Amino acid sequence: MSAQIPEVQSVEELLEKWKQPEVITGSEILLRSLVLEGVDTVFGYPGGAVLYIYDALHNFKEFKHILTRHEQGAIHAADGYARASGKAGVCIATSGPGATNLVTGIATAFMDSVPLVVITGNVFSSLIGTDAFQEADITGITMPITKHSYLVRDVEDLPRVIHEAFHIANTGRKGPVLIDIPKDVSAAKTLFAPVNTVNLRGYNPRLVPNKLQLEKLVRAIAVAERPVIIAGGGVIYSGAHEAMYEFVKRTQIPITTTLLGLGAVPSADDLWMGMPGMHGTYTANNAIQECDLLINIGARFDDRVTGKLNGFAPKAKIVHIDIDPAEIGKNVKPDIPIVGDVKTVLEMLNPDVSRTAKADAWRTQIAQWKMDKPLRYNDSESELKPQWVIEMINETTKGEAIVTTDVGQHQMWAAQYYKFNHPRSWITSGGLGTMGFGFPAAIGAQMAYPERLVVSINGDGGMQMCSQELAICAINNIPVKIVVINNEVLGMVRQWQTLIYNKRYSYTDLAGSPDFVKLAEAYGVKGLRATNKEEASAAWKEALETPGPVLVEFLVPKNENVYPMVVQGATIDQMLMGDEE
Amino acid sequence: MVMKHTIAVLVNDQPGVLQRVSGLFGRRGFNIESITVGQSEEVGLSRMVIVTLGDQNTLEQIEKQLYKLIDVIKVVDLGSKPMVARELALIKVKSEPAERPEIMGVVETFRASVVDIGSTSMLVQVVGDTQKIDAMIELLKPYGIKELSRTGVTAMIRGNA
Ligand SMILES: Cc1ncc(C[n+]2csc(CCOP(=O)(O)OP(=O)(O)O)c2C)c(N)n1
Repeated sequence: MSAQIPEVQSVEELLEKWKQPEVITGSEILLRSLVLEGVDTVFGYPGGAVLYIYDALHNFKEFKHILTRHEQGAIHAADGYARASGKAGVCIATSGPGATNLVTGIATAFMDSVPLVVITGNVFSSLIGTDAFQEADITGITMPITKHSYLVRDVEDLPRVIHEAFHIANTGRKGPVLIDIPKDVSAAKTLFAPVNTVNLRGYNPRLVPNKLQLEKLVRAIAVAERPVIIAGGGVIYSGAHEAMYEFVKRTQIPITTTLLGLGAVPSADDLWMGMPGMHGTYTANNAIQECDLLINIGARFDDRVTGKLNGFAPKAKIVHIDIDPAEIGKNVKPDIPIVGDVKTVLEMLNPDVSRTAKADAWRTQIAQWKMDKPLRYNDSESELKPQWVIEMINETTKGEAIVTTDVGQHQMWAAQYYKFNHPRSWITSGGLGTMGFGFPAAIGAQMAYPERLVVSINGDGGMQMCSQELAICAINNIPVKIVVINNEVLGMVRQWQTLIYNKRYSYTDLAGSPDFVKLAEAYGVKGLRATNKEEASAAWKEALETPGPVLVEFLVPKNENVYPMVVQGATIDQMLMGDEE
Repeated sequence: MVMKHTIAVLVNDQPGVLQRVSGLFGRRGFNIESITVGQSEEVGLSRMVIVTLGDQNTLEQIEKQLYKLIDVIKVVDLGSKPMVARELALIKVKSEPAERPEIMGVVETFRASVVDIGSTSMLVQVVGDTQKIDAMIELLKPYGIKELSRTGVTAMIRGNA
């Protein structure tokens, strides 16, 4: 920061001070604007095009900057921070390779509607378009995977652009916004005047739903004999979990939550049926197929949920509640479309709905399905079963931890066997299914909640996609408990090969993986290993009792499959239950 | 039922806005038959007129997806109202001096005009709806079309709307 700024004590004082006009560089404008947006943590990686920004960051104390070991680690961490806290995650990368390393993370956040503000440097304005050293058209590359993006050509625009970016990222259907700043713009000086108004003519997310449609829904609920709710990530993102739970309790309608909706209602509730879809429960999938009223609240009818579309919920009148009008009718045409913020919608509905006695037989049927076909696996005393490991983690953390997962079988087992008490405690890459996401996302979540227990559940494959971030756990003492469910294969892909490709195991064997305990230790993180139940309990206990980051590797058999499973192209009641094994 | 639709999109005149709109069509699998862009009545805003093929659901999705773009201010389905749609074409047609009167006959019938004459070719300019231009091209084809350039459709609702 420039020398003429005197020492100030608190962020409040700084905010007061920064409302005063002052001539400073674009880089300083950026940092001050981030503080004004309430940013307390930024994840990033420097390079030539962001050198002015990093120069301004030197000794900048108003927020934390975490230097990751890969830009992919930075953006997934920002994403995990956002999913855990509900605030926009922020990350910074340099131009060209730095920026392109963010692409997977931007797409991950975009698919799951996670608010991010992504700042990239670019080459000097005069060099843009000349294939200059480390130039990449990052706004062009990321156009399909951002909610909006800016290439800032004039330092004067920076305060407005940054404020708009946070506004866009965090309102309506949330999502990542990219700000590309050429090097000369971050160096240029101008009079800094903070902006706290937005004027975006084309952008007015509709929060309040149409009353007539709500009335239709109230009537439909009153006459339904077999109603079902599918709740998705939208319930959590709009902070609607309490209104959601009230709605469920008032109506007594059985509810299934999608992968991103887990935690929207407590798992312990009798009306909760588990997850629907490809690895959904027998109860949830049958309930959807048999229901006469399907109320989708903040979920987008993803194909992993619907299975074969033609044949999905064939008997149901369909209601779709979503903040994004474009989701309505995109995959499934609803009978009652409701555009609005899920929380607003539910709060408006709640006074007018009540328990439908007509659905008593239905609730009995659902209880019966649950009893007949609960989630189950064949436990073993000689081997450590991955499902058992998840159950153990569940028992010791009692639904109070923040759990992140990577992508694969362990993710589905965690979704199935972990029990949820709270929203924003389950962080997983749903829409894009990004391996390498889980561990850095846990670091971000832990930064948002330094005091909470954060457990990161990974496969041995995905753990190797961002394992370099062990370094930042070690040096910043970020106490994530890292679980590696090691089946020595790319389990989920191998499962498909088992069931669909005649056991032709083409390149899913992970021979040559590192010794994960030694890998952790190499970075200065404690490593533990377990091969049976006894060791597992002991190692996990030790991990929980050890302050700071710990990696625990659980060696599990490679032949275990995730059930139920709906094979692609089938309707969701056509489930493989795994009974034949 | 698959039909032709004409939609007008009012957008912020920002760099990259054409890429955002056309990219959206491309990646969502919507068809673009023609797209024209130019200034609108308001400084800072451009109007795009897009002709696309699709059923009613696709049209609905196109409109909704367009509205998701921050730079899109307004989307109007012109096909749902009486509209005037015009396209301009320049057609360079082979013509030995002997053929000229015949070609002039076609040009006059279509109320098109000849805007340049070379020793063995004529440059014909025609304005009208797409069918009219298609028809004109059909009639000129036998003489040999050396070069053809069409603008794509621009359009507006009739009356005071
Ligand atoms: C970046 C990326 N590459 C490839 C895939 C495809 N994929 C999905 S699951 C999976 C296997 C994951 O294996 P592992 O991390 O060992 O977890 P497991 O399934 O064994 O629990 C793969 C390769 C993916 N989801 N993401």
